[in-house]
Amino acid sequence: MLRRLLLALCLLATLPAAGHAQTLRIALREDADLLDPTLARTYVGRIVFAGLCDKLFDLNEKLEIVPQLATGYEWADPVTLVIHLRQGVTFHDGEILDAAAVKYTFERALTLPGSFRRSEISSLDHVEIVDAATVKIVLKSPSSPFLSQLTDRAGMILPPKATEAAGKDFAQHPVCSGPFKFVERVAQDRVVLDRFPGYWDAANIHFDRVIYQPMPESSVLLANLRSGTIDLAERVLPTDVAQVKDDPKLRIVTSPALGYEAITFNLGNGDRAKTPIGQNKLLRQAFEAAIDRQAVVDVVFNGMYKPNAQAVSPASPFYIESMPPPPRDLAKAKALIKQSGVPTPIVVQMNVPNTPDRAQEAEVIQAMAQEAGFDVKINLIEFAASLQAATRGEFEAYLIGWSGRADPDGNMFAFLTTGAGQNDGHYSNAVVDAALTDARKSIDLAGRRAHYETALHQLRDDLPLIYLESPVNIVGMSARLTGFRPVPDGMIRLQGLAVAK
Amino acid sequence: MQGNLGTRIAQIIPTLLLVSVLVFCLQQLMPGDPAMVLAGEERGDPQVLAQIRAELWLDRSLPVQYFHWMGNVLRGDLGYSWRTRQPVSALIATKLPVTLQLGTMAFVFAVAIGVPAGIVAAVQRNKFWDYLANAIGLAGLSTPTFWLGIMMILLISVDLGWLPPSGYVPLTEDWRQSLATTIMPAFVLGNAIAAILMRHTRAAMLTALDQDYVRTARAKGLSESSVILRHALRNALIPVVTLGALELGTLLSGAVLTEQVFSIPGFGKMIVDAVFNRDYPVVQGVVLVTAFLYVMLNLLADILYVVINPRLRGS
Repeated sequence: MLRRLLLALCLLATLPAAGHAQTLRIALREDADLLDPTLARTYVGRIVFAGLCDKLFDLNEKLEIVPQLATGYEWADPVTLVIHLRQGVTFHDGEILDAAAVKYTFERALTLPGSFRRSEISSLDHVEIVDAATVKIVLKSPSSPFLSQLTDRAGMILPPKATEAAGKDFAQHPVCSGPFKFVERVAQDRVVLDRFPGYWDAANIHFDRVIYQPMPESSVLLANLRSGTIDLAERVLPTDVAQVKDDPKLRIVTSPALGYEAITFNLGNGDRAKTPIGQNKLLRQAFEAAIDRQAVVDVVFNGMYKPNAQAVSPASPFYIESMPPPPRDLAKAKALIKQSGVPTPIVVQMNVPNTPDRAQEAEVIQAMAQEAGFDVKINLIEFAASLQAATRGEFEAYLIGWSGRADPDGNMFAFLTTGAGQNDGHYSNAVVDAALTDARKSIDLAGRRAHYETALHQLRDDLPLIYLESPVNIVGMSARLTGFRPVPDGMIRLQGLAVAK
Repeated sequence: MQGNLGTRIAQIIPTLLLVSVLVFCLQQLMPGDPAMVLAGEERGDPQVLAQIRAELWLDRSLPVQYFHWMGNVLRGDLGYSWRTRQPVSALIATKLPVTLQLGTMAFVFAVAIGVPAGIVAAVQRNKFWDYLANAIGLAGLSTPTFWLGIMMILLISVDLGWLPPSGYVPLTEDWRQSLATTIMPAFVLGNAIAAILMRHTRAAMLTALDQDYVRTARAKGLSESSVILRHALRNALIPVVTLGALELGTLLSGAVLTEQVFSIPGFGKMIVDAVFNRDYPVVQGVVLVTAFLYVMLNLLADILYVVINPRLRGS
């Protein structure tokens, strides 16, 4: 009786729930921050922008740079980039997207207080309007990563009039040129976008509305996916993949991600650097030899991530195949410790952000390193606190990842060069500095690869970071969805995405 | 009485000031630099960090920051969220009704389950129904909200497909959908309180049923239901009502977890997210408004006490 009553109540309550065939619901792992491409900072924010704002260039599945708002480009000389714009493109408010809008957007990124794009395009000197459909970008010095910045937020062109009119409130009502236009945002609940009828590639858009919903809790996300309340979920946990695969209504699509997981050592940032492992590279080499990367991946990440000993993913054209991750070699680890002359057990305090997968990964590493003679003490701390500790040098070792960038520069320069912003361990090596700086200036692929290989040889010896594995983008979705393109940057491109008839 | 009430009202302002200072100071004790959290993946750029600190007054001394914020609060401006730039007052205005709806529904569940179960348990003392109610009550008390929530989502939403697993629709937009999204979380939230209410109702009823006036009522030949409901229950309810009012606090803190499990964009979820994102103005605004509500509810309870119990009027 009670069961029937409950069923009746539930049915009554859910009556109008069915029938939004043209709405796509996407679950995000966090709430996005500011919806202004110049001020935005978060990874999930970029996923929302993929629906809202087109960029000058895009990335394809092979990480190649392909035109989007641009139709093509050429380097007139090593510091002059000429970009040809797509004609007939309008913003959501009807304003025409032309060279003046491009110039305006870059200048805004360079001058707006709080701009997060300034550092990405810091090599830009000025922008010249050649004609309505052509801009000339002049750099201060040659910069090979510059173009790849235009495949992300720095390349999202904004309408000058609407942006100026909105001023500081632009993020509350963003206007762009993407396939969907902004409707509303309820913080921590949803961002709603509606199809933009004037989109230049409208034939490729098959939904009337897209709703992004933050769902940080993985079990909640999974339940929503399985019950059909959401159509697509980004960053499904590797440990949840089996459940999704078991459900005939769902499927999993993976692509190699651009980021990495690594242990950063404190080599010179304050007093905490003065530890045996911080001062002696033999011990870091021993620590690496003690780790079985494949076992870590199998135990913690369900075998889905890829063991890696480099800052770039194996999918990148800059991955050096001749330097695969070394297998575990306990004898070598013990020999290196002996050679260092440091008595065991060698205590290593490791800061670990308190997420379940990182905690588990730390425990596996702890057990492996113990066999070689290391006493790893895991210090689980909340993420924000761990970042602060890293910057202040309040760590000996830090297990942390990086979401990654399409260009290898974005994974290395800021983390490894002397005095760079995210070089928390204060690693400093002239060979690496020179190689990474030269790689920025070099424009051809082979030349850049050679510089990265030089840097990598030095890094493999010094081990300021022990790279552990490259993550995989795991997207769970309704089996009825077709046309999803798994690009390594993890963004959810709405072009071509449709419900199978 | 009026003088007493005046004193109570006069106490509100220092209480709220104290809360504001406390929440402001406690936040400073939290590890983690808000500028760094806000900078996200750009945290490595000292220029970016300096810019954020300057914009948010984080480079000023603590007293300056506090008085700047307090000055704005006194002018009715709670500031804006550092993360999304939405005004805190607007955020609170959209989130508070959500939690109030959830809390009210949970309380209705708690009373509807807890009080009748307590009565039955007392009347059937040491019999099957008493044991059953006690067992269920104990289970309710000891079941973690988080676990119960996930289990209900898995059973009712995923396996049976009866209700949406999470999210929220406002009552004004679509009342059916609104009920559909809040029934489960309200039940989960009300569950623990139902157990507490059941146990207290049972105890109070047992005491009442032993009283002389109940014996007298029975001797007068009143029906058993009239004796239980009209005579015993009315007296037993007084402590239960007091307890119920106290449990409103439990309700609000329970909402933090429940809203997290069911992805309900309410007060609880807002404060949790704000703490993790070091969104200080949101944390401060929410705590201040919550404290204000508490103080007002307490005041209301004091007034009601006097209304109900004439003996207090003279004091």
